[in-house]
Amino acid sequence: MDGVDVFDILFLSILAIVFGVAYIITRLILVLLDIHRKRKTLSYGKNKRKSSIKTMIVVGSGGHTTEMLRLLEHVSNTYSPRFYIMADTDKMSEEKITKFEKQEPQGKYLICKIPRSREVKQSYLSTVISTIYSLLKCVPLVFSIRPDLFEQVLCNGPGTCIPVCLLAFLLRVVGIKQTTVIFVESVCRVKTLSLSGRLLYYFADHVLVQWPALQNTYPLAAYVGRLV
Amino acid sequence: MADDKKLSVFVTVGTTSFDQLIKTVSNDAVCQVLQKLGYSRMVLQIGRGSYEPKPRSTDSFKLEYFRFKDSIAEDIHLADLVISHAGAGSCLEVLGANKPLVVVINEELMNNHQVELADQLSNDGHLFYCTCSELLNLLETMELSELKLFETGKAEKFGTFLDRVMGIS
Repeated sequence: MDGVDVFDILFLSILAIVFGVAYIITRLILVLLDIHRKRKTLSYGKNKRKSSIKTMIVVGSGGHTTEMLRLLEHVSNTYSPRFYIMADTDKMSEEKITKFEKQEPQGKYLICKIPRSREVKQSYLSTVISTIYSLLKCVPLVFSIRPDLFEQVLCNGPGTCIPVCLLAFLLRVVGIKQTTVIFVESVCRVKTLSLSGRLLYYFADHVLVQWPALQNTYPLAAYVGRLV
Repeated sequence: MADDKKLSVFVTVGTTSFDQLIKTVSNDAVCQVLQKLGYSRMVLQIGRGSYEPKPRSTDSFKLEYFRFKDSIAEDIHLADLVISHAGAGSCLEVLGANKPLVVVINEELMNNHQVELADQLSNDGHLFYCTCSELLNLLETMELSELKLFETGKAEKFGTFLDRVMGIS
């Protein structure tokens, strides 16, 4: 009898794993198809729109923050509350954001910090390791403020945004939340996408570039003119 | 009459450090060329750099520096020429203020993609760019009057794009 029970449990767990994997793969394909279609038509798909869109914004460092804030000046109050995700080493960005939000006290905001996944001058190998580290640190952050607070991820510039965007993508694949991911490539990229850009070209709903030459190389990127 | 000719240069490295640039612009050769061109004052924003230039204070040429400020907008406004690192933020701030700009590329940075923007903006005639070793020669030969006016990007188009893809009209 004991042997049969063990066999049953084994059989059931294999069945569960097979169904689980099949579900994830199906979801993955559906999400990728959805992304592809949305990119081509620049439409918002079947998402239900709310009157307020909880927005998560991943800021890079230094000049990237300035660039991001210049874009945010023209983003309406509908995109609120805003959650700023930034590297814990980045004091200057924090000051800039606090100042920006005080200037236009339209809505609520919160600043969340994660370990930086890549410093300037860091090699590719150690970048991989530190990215995994900051990914792990992001999990509790993204999953604790998870479904309600996570409508959209905007990001700009280097390393920090990859972990958060991957988690946003994961939320979507497992069907927890329809998160739209928009990646704005920095104006300093004229001919090549950044590492974040190259990765998110496959996972983000929209990749916005600021120079026409980039759109020729990456036809599924969007271009509406130089923004800054 | 002499007062009219008191031009000033502002050098900025943004949030990073760029010791080689600070060393290059503060050396005697560059200061002399600048003086010859009519500049009598140089202000340097040196960021996190470990090299601190020697302040100069003669009647004909003044050199002073600081590390960071909340905003360098005023320094840009007061300058007649800006020498900057290739950071997009700094370049666009200077061009936005409609000041002549020389960008110096930091060759030590991994994947020197920053050249892309400087190269594009230079092809469009908005700025001059070079490396530290070429700076002296560039300062001697450049014609600032050849530079074209730069139009700031249209950030409001981002709001429109966002509303469209998020289904808000």
